[in-house]
Amino acid sequence: MMEALAVLFISAGLFFFFTATVGLLRLPDFYSRMHAMGKADTMGLLLTLTGLALYQMGEGLSWSKAFVAFKILLIAVFWFLGGPTATHALLRSAFEGGKMPWTKDGQAVLDWPRQEER
Amino acid sequence: MRSIITFCVLLLFWVLLSGQLDLWHLSWGVICTATVTYLSRDLLFKGQLDLREKGREAWRFLKYLPWLLGQIFKANLHVARLALHPRMGELIDPHIIRFRTKLKKDLSLVTFANSITLTPGTITVLIDGDRLYVHAIDRPSAEALPGEMERRVAEVYGEQ
Amino acid sequence: MEGFLVGTGLVLGGFVVAGFYRIAFGPTIYDRILAVNLIGIMTVVFLVLMGLIYRRVEMFVDIALMYSLLAFIGTLIFAKYFSKRGVE
Repeated sequence: MMEALAVLFISAGLFFFFTATVGLLRLPDFYSRMHAMGKADTMGLLLTLTGLALYQMGEGLSWSKAFVAFKILLIAVFWFLGGPTATHALLRSAFEGGKMPWTKDGQAVLDWPRQEER
Repeated sequence: MRSIITFCVLLLFWVLLSGQLDLWHLSWGVICTATVTYLSRDLLFKGQLDLREKGREAWRFLKYLPWLLGQIFKANLHVARLALHPRMGELIDPHIIRFRTKLKKDLSLVTFANSITLTPGTITVLIDGDRLYVHAIDRPSAEALPGEMERRVAEVYGEQ
Repeated sequence: MEGFLVGTGLVLGGFVVAGFYRIAFGPTIYDRILAVNLIGIMTVVFLVLMGLIYRRVEMFVDIALMYSLLAFIGTLIFAKYFSKRGVE
């Protein structure tokens, strides 16, 4: 039972890692690759590590096993906090370095609620 | 007062990571934790500390969390569809969008920026005062900004 | 079940090799950092997998935790460094 769940979670996680890799290779510029990376990898890590923690718990419940499983999940929680920060730092450094995104109509920066302001 | 709470939080973290409760490891833990507390005493909590207000914020944040998790799941499906779509070039229309936000506190700005990064099709590039630069990968996700998310974050941290 | 874990490791290895393409030919420095970041995350999963296969997971999980911290800090330092220098 536990193993079937673990296989399910790990496969789902691998699918998201696959998405991240394909996005990294196919999308046109740095900013859009960031979309594929910053989201899919966090999700992939969370699902894969959940699956591995379930597998680690195994059949017999014991205190030390649960502790190790908890630590495995702690990695995922940590990355949930750290991942967006790392993404943000990279994007900011690229934007301040003067790299503009690839666009279809050549306008890189739009002001959003267009009616107001001005 | 502030340092005592920081010390307790850090010591709890130490015990969780080491997992050993004998005297030797615990005394080293106390020494290391005290050093770190001294070095970073004003990082974890800033300014006046109001425990009841913090508790209320934490509770409202917990209520905000399920919605955020749902958004994260949707965001991943969105990106997966875009990355694997054979005619991806027609679907995407990336832009950087600049808008003003009403939020003032540091913590709520951080939560807002991270939530934008985690929801479908948008990532925060830069916060400059009250201006946010957001990269949106296609038109529909750009039009959803700032909208509902800003309202929810303002609610969590008690800003109107 | 052991075989499934080994297979997972092999698939992850394949993704890492695909990521090397961006490191080698990425047009800008930021693409390369991005690929390094992705490979770092996969390595964290790989470390836990190795621990489970060798049945020494209580040791490997600490290494994985440290490695994820290092990957995070490494990305931050790269971002900081290249934004100061403005290197293309």
